[in-house]
Amino acid sequence: MSELQVFEAGFASKSDCLVRYVPSACPVSITAKSSVAVLFGDAIQCSAQDMLASYGVTTGRLEIEDDGALDFVLRARIEAVLRKAGFVFQSCPSLQKDWAHTSPRRAPSDRDRTRQVRLYVPGDQPHFAINADLFGADVLVFDLEDSVAEERKFEARILVRRLLESEFLFERSELAVRVNALRTECGKADVAEIVAGHPHAILLPKCESAEDVKVLDTLLSLQEQEKGLERGSIHIMPIIETSKGVLAAAEIARASDRNVALCFGYEDFSRDICARPAPVEGAGATQGKSAQIEALLARQMIVLAARSAGIQPLDSVFSDIEDTDGLTESCYLARALGFEGKAVIHPSQIEPVRRAFSPSDEEVERAKAIVAAYENSLKEGRGAVDFDGQMIDAPLVSKARRIIEESARGA
Amino acid sequence: MEWTTNTLGRKIPVDIGGKTCAPFQGAFIDRRKGGPKALSPERTSQAAPLRQKPDKRVADWDDLFDRLDLRDGASISFHHHLRNGDKIVNEVVARLAARGLRDLTIVPTALFPVHDALLPYIREGVVTKIEGSMNGAIGAACSRGEIRRTCVLRSHGGRQRAIQEGDISIDVAFIAAPAADPYGNANGLFGPSACGPLGYAKPDSEYAGKVVVITDNLVPYPCAPWSIHGANVDYVLKVESIGDSSKIVSGTTQLTRSPTQLRIAQLAARFIEATGLMKDGFSFQAGAGGISLAATVFLAERMRRAGVKASFAHGGATSVLVDLLEEGLLGSIVDLQSFDLDAVRSCARNPRHIESDPYASYGPHARGCVANMLDVALMGATEIDIGFNVNVVTHSDGVLLHGIGGHSDACASAGCTIITAPSFRKRIPIIREQVTTLTCPGEVIDVLITERGIAVNPKREDLLWKAKKADLPCKEISQLMREVLTITGTPASPRFTDRPVALIEWRDGSIIDTVWLLEGE
Repeated sequence: MSELQVFEAGFASKSDCLVRYVPSACPVSITAKSSVAVLFGDAIQCSAQDMLASYGVTTGRLEIEDDGALDFVLRARIEAVLRKAGFVFQSCPSLQKDWAHTSPRRAPSDRDRTRQVRLYVPGDQPHFAINADLFGADVLVFDLEDSVAEERKFEARILVRRLLESEFLFERSELAVRVNALRTECGKADVAEIVAGHPHAILLPKCESAEDVKVLDTLLSLQEQEKGLERGSIHIMPIIETSKGVLAAAEIARASDRNVALCFGYEDFSRDICARPAPVEGAGATQGKSAQIEALLARQMIVLAARSAGIQPLDSVFSDIEDTDGLTESCYLARALGFEGKAVIHPSQIEPVRRAFSPSDEEVERAKAIVAAYENSLKEGRGAVDFDGQMIDAPLVSKARRIIEESARGA
Repeated sequence: MEWTTNTLGRKIPVDIGGKTCAPFQGAFIDRRKGGPKALSPERTSQAAPLRQKPDKRVADWDDLFDRLDLRDGASISFHHHLRNGDKIVNEVVARLAARGLRDLTIVPTALFPVHDALLPYIREGVVTKIEGSMNGAIGAACSRGEIRRTCVLRSHGGRQRAIQEGDISIDVAFIAAPAADPYGNANGLFGPSACGPLGYAKPDSEYAGKVVVITDNLVPYPCAPWSIHGANVDYVLKVESIGDSSKIVSGTTQLTRSPTQLRIAQLAARFIEATGLMKDGFSFQAGAGGISLAATVFLAERMRRAGVKASFAHGGATSVLVDLLEEGLLGSIVDLQSFDLDAVRSCARNPRHIESDPYASYGPHARGCVANMLDVALMGATEIDIGFNVNVVTHSDGVLLHGIGGHSDACASAGCTIITAPSFRKRIPIIREQVTTLTCPGEVIDVLITERGIAVNPKREDLLWKAKKADLPCKEISQLMREVLTITGTPASPRFTDRPVALIEWRDGSIIDTVWLLEGE
């Protein structure tokens, strides 16, 4: 440990704090500045002391610049600098309850629950995560991959674990984490850290073979055992976003019993196949940017792979958050292809996606009429019935029932 | 110093500077002993004017101050229509300081960050009291005890009443006017410094000892319309500029992107529709803050879908309201303050865009005011407690940072008062066991809407029942508070000394709470 090195984590911004640990031979000291010092100055001191004791820190200086970080954020930032500095968790000495190292026991989420909207939340920015459960997404995906800079990965995975441990922040959405690809050290470290927070699911990016999923499955089983969680309680949603992945989609979908959905990642896929967008709008047989014609086959293959494995196919994000019409069109396309949902990167996209995926009033009316006609025919002991010139058979009725169910859920 | 406690349990001084403090007894108690109170006598009548055109023009500032003959201890008043672009408050105080005046009381309708320039004069003893509104750095200075005498905070309606009933006497009212004629007729609608209405200055123009109109846009007599009547004006001063036009109308018309604010706004619009408040001919007031603006937009969407039109919207005007007026969703805008240039233009040319003043809009002892005609008021708060008492002036750390504005007046007059606020800001919970400073009693607050749920005052079972039926996320306010405290932790309380730095007046002039000097200052 170099005398000159300073370890740093967090941001000096709203609802966050910047924490530094400066190693030295002097007895440990804490300096804390906070915009909420009058109200929480003592609480900040208490948590800092608690964390220092938990990690057996007796020397050096801990500096905190706080702008109203919640306690779990403050502790995540302190934990990050202490672990960066080489300290190891020892025990929780004080009476003050630290949420860390007490994994929440979440009941596994229902494999077939609706996943129409999954909201990506950057994993190193507490400000976006704190209220994320309120916006009505089916799945919250705390991202450790693309939205987190390389040098922030270490502190981000600690923050996300602490976030997951803050059970009081979540009661509605399914909780998932997008880890880094497992081919990287970072990805393995993510999984090791995150399981303690007991997320419902892991999203595995850049998935290219059944082996990728199996590696994660094994890692999860190990971690679950270590943390005393029920084996198999954490689901996997592989993300396919390369040409190789698309070609292996069928095996990927069947690679693990943990799989509940197969996701498509458009941006990376488009880059991977070297697709070049038409230089002029309207040219090149595309209809607007939502058509994404180069990915049509990939999308279809993912739907086929997922459906044949009995799991949900979920579509990519639509990245222009200003373009609601484009988003809606892309949802219609996804729906027509057989996808069950879409990813969003801003809460304002949730409502349009929900609307686009929900059955329209006409569809619901028609479905109700079909079910009524069918039930009537059963009561009257008639065999085949027709409705609007169309034969009503069992698949049609079950499709109608699903539409009615969906509309009831959306209301 | 002797203390007493008002009916809300807040500690208030028995008297300040020889003047007895009447304790607050209730939002609607008639405190006028022995029947109606005589109004302040009209300002001392003037000597009969000579025949034909009196010359009210003064040559320059010095000429003006020579004629005014202000003394130490005088009280001077200002309006805030020029908002953060105002140049007149600082100019007048600086010139009076240069003339050696001390111990002034200033009576502004509101102050803005630009007025932080007054701080040196406060420290030097040129300004030793503020009655009206203290915002930003001036409020913080007050909390630290830098203003020598105890200040008074009033709502817009309360200020009007205090002037009319003689609780405040103003020696000179300085009225910055974007358009004025040499006789003193003035409005805020035209000219390089156009700001919209000029109504906040109206009570001052009617009751101050002397009235000065200061303009950078002298127009031929008669200036029309005349929001300020020349008949009340003593002197007219032409200056280069009364304000920085780029900062006069600085309100944002951009819809907020904050998902938390949008959620609160959506809930508010849903609540107003679900409880049946949104019916044909209804009326509302919403401010120009992020949540209010978004709530107005969402409410308009619901009105369009349901084919409902509102009779009027009251308070500050924005381009959002102007669009609704022109679309026909709104019958009228009753405007006290324009927040953007669209609102200024609309106020100038649309007869359904009505310029108001504090007496007509908020007058506590008017025979009914515009706010009394409101069905819904959407208001903000820095804190609210489990008795629905609201704080809008101090933050939880005890520092005075905002004026009351029209808050108390709208809350106490509208049919349904809704407070919209995030349940916590940064780490600071908004719902408290007790508010740090109490500016508006829970008896006039009906609903709190936060991103984590809606709390309806138990007195309004009617609203609660309808909201629940519409599946809105209703919770008891104490339950909501506990949820929030689980997230934030319980904050410590700021420590105060027992020196009062400001009194909070309820609309009727009684004292509803006291702001105390912070310990260690």
